[in-house]
Amino acid sequence: MKAWDAIIIGGGHNGLVNACYLQRAGLDVLVVEKNDWVGGAATSRELTPGFLYSNCSYVCSLFRPEIMRDLELPRFGLQVISYEGGAVFTRDGDYLANYRDRDAHRREFARFSKRDAEAYDRYARDVTRQCRFIQPLLMRTAPDPTSLRPRDLGELLYLGKKFAGLSAQEMALTLRFWTMSISEFLDEYFETDVIKANFALSGIIGTALGPMSPGTAYVLLHHYMGEVDGSVGAWGYARGGMGAVTKALAASFKASGGTIRTGAEVDRVLVKRGKVKGVVLAGGEEIYGKLVVSNADVKRTFLKLVEEKELPEIFLRRVRNFKIRGSSGKVNIALDSLPEFPALPKDSPVYRGDMHFTDSMERMERAYDDWKAGRWSVDPFLDMVIPTTLDPTMAPPGKHFMSCFVQYAPPKIGGREWTDADRDGFAESVIAQIAEYSPSFRDRIVHMEVRTPREIEAEVGLTEGNIFQGELTFDQLLFNRPVPGYAQYRSPVDGLYMCGSSTHPGGGVMGAPGRNAAAEILRDLAKSTSHMSPAHDVI
Amino acid sequence: MAQATKKKPVAKAAGAPVSARIAAQAHFHTLRLGTPFQPRIDALARTQDWYNWAGYRAPHSLWDEELEYFAIRSQAALFDISPMTKYRIEGPEAEALLNRVTLRDVTKLRPGRVHYTAWCDDEGFVLDDGTLFRLSPTRFRLCSQERHLPWLLDSAVGFDVIVEEETEAVAGLALQGPTSFAVLRDAGFAGVERLKIFDLADFPHDGGPQGNTQVTISRTGFTGDLGYELFVSADMALSLWDRLMTSGDLRGIRAIGYTALNRARLEAGLIVANADFTTAEHAIRADRLRMPDEIGLGFMIDLEKGHFNGRRAILEARAKRKLRYVLVGLEIEGNIPAEHAIVYHKKAHEVGLVSAAMWSPMAKRNIAIASLARPYGDTMVEDLWVEIYAMRELQYQKLMKRAKVVARPFIKLDRRTANPPADF
Ligand SMILES: Cc1cc2nc3c(=O)[nH]c(=O)nc-3n(C[C@H](O)[C@H](O)[C@H](O)COP(=O)(O)OP(=O)(O)OC[C@H]3O[C@@H](n4cnc5c(N)ncnc54)[C@H](O)[C@@H]3O)c2cc1C
Repeated sequence: MKAWDAIIIGGGHNGLVNACYLQRAGLDVLVVEKNDWVGGAATSRELTPGFLYSNCSYVCSLFRPEIMRDLELPRFGLQVISYEGGAVFTRDGDYLANYRDRDAHRREFARFSKRDAEAYDRYARDVTRQCRFIQPLLMRTAPDPTSLRPRDLGELLYLGKKFAGLSAQEMALTLRFWTMSISEFLDEYFETDVIKANFALSGIIGTALGPMSPGTAYVLLHHYMGEVDGSVGAWGYARGGMGAVTKALAASFKASGGTIRTGAEVDRVLVKRGKVKGVVLAGGEEIYGKLVVSNADVKRTFLKLVEEKELPEIFLRRVRNFKIRGSSGKVNIALDSLPEFPALPKDSPVYRGDMHFTDSMERMERAYDDWKAGRWSVDPFLDMVIPTTLDPTMAPPGKHFMSCFVQYAPPKIGGREWTDADRDGFAESVIAQIAEYSPSFRDRIVHMEVRTPREIEAEVGLTEGNIFQGELTFDQLLFNRPVPGYAQYRSPVDGLYMCGSSTHPGGGVMGAPGRNAAAEILRDLAKSTSHMSPAHDVI
Repeated sequence: MAQATKKKPVAKAAGAPVSARIAAQAHFHTLRLGTPFQPRIDALARTQDWYNWAGYRAPHSLWDEELEYFAIRSQAALFDISPMTKYRIEGPEAEALLNRVTLRDVTKLRPGRVHYTAWCDDEGFVLDDGTLFRLSPTRFRLCSQERHLPWLLDSAVGFDVIVEEETEAVAGLALQGPTSFAVLRDAGFAGVERLKIFDLADFPHDGGPQGNTQVTISRTGFTGDLGYELFVSADMALSLWDRLMTSGDLRGIRAIGYTALNRARLEAGLIVANADFTTAEHAIRADRLRMPDEIGLGFMIDLEKGHFNGRRAILEARAKRKLRYVLVGLEIEGNIPAEHAIVYHKKAHEVGLVSAAMWSPMAKRNIAIASLARPYGDTMVEDLWVEIYAMRELQYQKLMKRAKVVARPFIKLDRRTANPPADF
């Protein structure tokens, strides 16, 4: 029987990034993906003729340019296009826009508060400083603080040095920043509710926390990272939807000789005497491999695919306690024409940006209250974009694809599973909110895909529908991600690795976990990593 | 308008009414605003060479940047300073607030006077420099490059004072050059000859159909030359422009753009925020922050006047010798401008950077402003060199030229301060 050099469970973007790097290092690599398509939470599918949806993720803001370059993704069709600002609609018939032009941005804020308009520079400076601190850590394996290996000590020293490079003031700010709530953080800069709501949304997206929960300030960084990158074209829509990212990855992988099997669900990881032997597919087929890398989240991997008896008790307990609460849903809509928002001037660039309807911190927090009570939010928070205003490949001319990211949606409704009726009710809360600001909206809907955490878990395999394969709270970051002692992509089973968003540096279509895991694997195999670019310098 | 009083200790800008907000939505159509003088400037813009000054469309040059420079030094040059950020700070405790906030002693600034000053954050890093106009015992205007409303309002908590941003409402002109006094006098600003350097006074201005108003004229400027700055409400801007242009016709008055002004300011040894140093609210990299002593503004610090923002940090830095940089004037051999050249000690050890440089037509010297890491430029001033990369027909001519630390200003013109001002 053939034994592959490496089997990757899951063709999400991280699985594919990992597979690409391993294949390019000379390994014979197989990717097994349960769905009939690759991409995981980064896919584009045509569910109604002529319309391509970004079914899950919809904005490409985090994907590391180093990876795009190493894996030659532009050659395989990846193109990321910047988009223009956006707006929060206010309930008094106005809106607060974000413009790309710095002065227009200031004047727009000044419509609400001259003070806040002038506070933006300091805010941007401070957030940028924090991003610059974090960014170089994304493409490095987190050190194990309990280990005395020279590499870990070296990495700890690196972290320490980076920290020591901060002034006392900055260090205090950094520590506060990593632990405080986005609401408190914004209070230090702004006084106007809608302006705070405008920035707060980045602190709660994908997180089962409200804007007033500690730890949400850090989440903001995760969403800002792309903007400070300095590489033009790092933030925007992937042309052809987010599936374009994984399509390019798959093509790159195949071009270097890799093999992908879709429609192949792994039922079990084969382990013998503490060492991985391969995988067993749902139909019973056994595939052998010298090592196995799981792109599935840490819970799915170790609670469903690996037998408990193969795992240390403390590890299992920590995996069970890993926070991976679902908080979001998605509604993808095909429209037969561009919806009008009477509050917006007809030629407003906001149509080409992201739109929101939650104009106060309180509404945001109340939406979270519903989640805590086990309901979807009656007044949800939407992150809505119409990529077809810039990307002609996703819908026929004049028609549009609208993507609505929706918060909050709990993994269970009042403790029970979601039903189809729940799903319809959830969708109605979204449509109703949009229709409030765009009266003729309903009439334009041609088709709709509604995804609650139930659908996200069932299709993408994201446990509880958590979009980041585990929450981005500080206790689950760096050397604690996914669990202490196992932050370096290895697992208690010899030859079984992890490469999904559950690992450092976390979720989002970033590619860094898949890449970092490949670097560790190649290190274990004593193979060269010269085909992997180090992180671009942050200067 | 934002108000901070003792009774109401929270400085808060009142939210604008919805209708006013909605009426202002269309601003995104015009990304670069025109100033109140724009119709006149557009009519004179032969080069169509614009840049973005704080969101305004401002001219780099209007017809010929070199000749525009000579207009400053030989006749009278008119430069639109409306985009400069302006704050009105008014109230019984305006003086106390400004004394707390800025480096110099504001109690010594008499009504009818202007001083050049700077202000720091609590860590003693310079937020900006600018000019403070004392329009009356209780009314001030603070002019600066960057914007500081949150910081002013936060500082104003507990003071009986109003802080209002008035950039758009107030139009400003700099009239600079040897004939500037004559232009003003001929324009009928009676008594303008009494203005000594850094004095200001209000003068009547009949704006025609727009009615009568006051122009505030100060004997100040950014050129090191005889010159004045004029402030007027935006709706009177054009009539003021026309009045000056008409009377200046026989005195060689010309409108100019920033390139010419920038040359004059460099000869005068004056620094520009975010060109010669990075302001604290924009410095992303912590080592770019500068204390006043590190950018040549130490002379402003008044330790006798009591507490002011940054005082403790400044004192500590002085006592513990934590000042790391120094800003100096350089005179460089040869005549090739050393803009953004690296400064070396003994041609080998990198010690700083030139932030502005030019061949000075007035001084006939190759001058520069540079920031150096102490002790270079401070106690070690020998054996300094600049490496100039002069691009000539797609090739760098690399020059290593000796630099000498010299005092600023690079040129000193008696006519700047002469009283009464000379009538050319
Ligand atoms: C609704 C939604 C919106 C989002 N929006 C954005 C956004 O705009 N921008 C952004 O950057 N991020 C966004 N994210 C987050 C981002 O998409 C994910 O964090 C990221 O795609 C996860 O990638 P991954 O490769 O780590 O894992 P996944 O994409 O989860 O990939 C795991 C793969 O493994 C497969 N798999 C699982 N179990 C098995 C098995 N037993 N056998 C075989 N295959 C298996 C799955 O089918 C899947 O293909 C969003 C996520 C969601 C859900």
